[in-house]
Amino acid sequence: MAKITYYTHDNKTQTIDVQNGLTVMEGAIQNDIPGIDADCGGGMACATCHVYVKEEWLDKLPAKEDGEEDMLDMAFEPKSNSRLSCQLIVSDELDGLEVNIPSKQG
Amino acid sequence: MNKTDVLIIGAGPTGLFCAHQLGIIGLSCEIVDNLDKAGGQCIELYPDKPIYDIPAVPECTGEELTNNLLKQIKPFNVKFHLNERVEQLKKNESRWHIKTSGGVVFDVAAIVIAGGVGSFEPRKFPVKECEKFEGSSLLYSIKDKSIFKDKTISIFGGGDSALDWAIELSNTSKVNLIHRRDGFSGAEASVQKVNELNKQGKLNLYTKYQMDTVLGDKNIESVKIKHDEGEIKEIKSDYVLGFFGLIMQLGPILDWGLNIDKKTVQVNTENFETNVNGIFAIGDICSYPGKLKLILSGFHEGALAARGCFKYAKPEEKLRFEFTTTSKAAQERLGIKK
Repeated sequence: MAKITYYTHDNKTQTIDVQNGLTVMEGAIQNDIPGIDADCGGGMACATCHVYVKEEWLDKLPAKEDGEEDMLDMAFEPKSNSRLSCQLIVSDELDGLEVNIPSKQG
Repeated sequence: MNKTDVLIIGAGPTGLFCAHQLGIIGLSCEIVDNLDKAGGQCIELYPDKPIYDIPAVPECTGEELTNNLLKQIKPFNVKFHLNERVEQLKKNESRWHIKTSGGVVFDVAAIVIAGGVGSFEPRKFPVKECEKFEGSSLLYSIKDKSIFKDKTISIFGGGDSALDWAIELSNTSKVNLIHRRDGFSGAEASVQKVNELNKQGKLNLYTKYQMDTVLGDKNIESVKIKHDEGEIKEIKSDYVLGFFGLIMQLGPILDWGLNIDKKTVQVNTENFETNVNGIFAIGDICSYPGKLKLILSGFHEGALAARGCFKYAKPEEKLRFEFTTTSKAAQERLGIKK
């Protein structure tokens, strides 16, 4: 279990206990947090679960797999702290993670 | 006016198999899709990626699955309307009239929405000023490349479309290629070619830059690009091209009076009909308790929806359950000669 904090575009903050093994994307979808579309359902094929990770977390996250950076090219306003939330699998190590959800996904 | 029993919206695997099921029970159908080819997400998102969970098919790619489904519905001569998006829906006594973006009109007894996560549309620049030039000097696809001759073109993106067009247009135009990072997702050979052209001065490559804004009055005159570290460059441009892939939008279906929840259409699980009589929804676009977004679920949903359509298409007849293995009628429809 890890506490994940989602900052949505309308300046709302929601901190959710997400079970280990789920992704940061699933944590958002299951709790009706707006702004993450996840059109392809977690297949790293659409870039609509794009989030900005709080800088201090960047090095603590699992490295990007082949293809994630390619998909981020397609994301809405990608930045250096962009990740696809479907690729962030929750574990105890991610307890306290904070992500910002972009104003839109496409 | 195209008169047929059922209109299927979406030529993905679910829509294609539903066409098969309609054909088996003796109903006619036509299929509309916004893309230029059949296959839906299988073709657009993962044509070369393997799928391992189609029953009795241990492994196949999105493209193989699509081709096999097309082969399976071949006996029914289903008419496809590609590059068309459904727009208007009107009830006409017991039938539905549907009009597409290209002005094609259908007169049908029932509609099956197999639209996946919506129709694919090009992903656009996040910069607001771009809207003003969209369709004239700012484009997301190329129909006539001759307009670019001897002009200055700024191309944004790092995938195959961006690279291929940059290479192609560099023959006749002055090309700037702008991408947000040093790496590209396009084919390695194209990346090498672009680097070569850049070295030879036949193309200007700007990496770690993204669009800042576009400037111009009626047409674009220049584009400002911003480096990761904040530096801004202004480059002269007659045209701006953006290639950021496709995004899925539900589109006009949202206004059809269907019960919609989080971009999906609610259906019953008896025949996958929506809250509107005669309109069915199957595949990724439908939702019900226990819904799994798997291709195999879409096949099941399509089989039931096809039978649900029967009473609207042939109200006087009764549908009898038959197996293709033994049904003479079904085999005739499949064109099987014995």
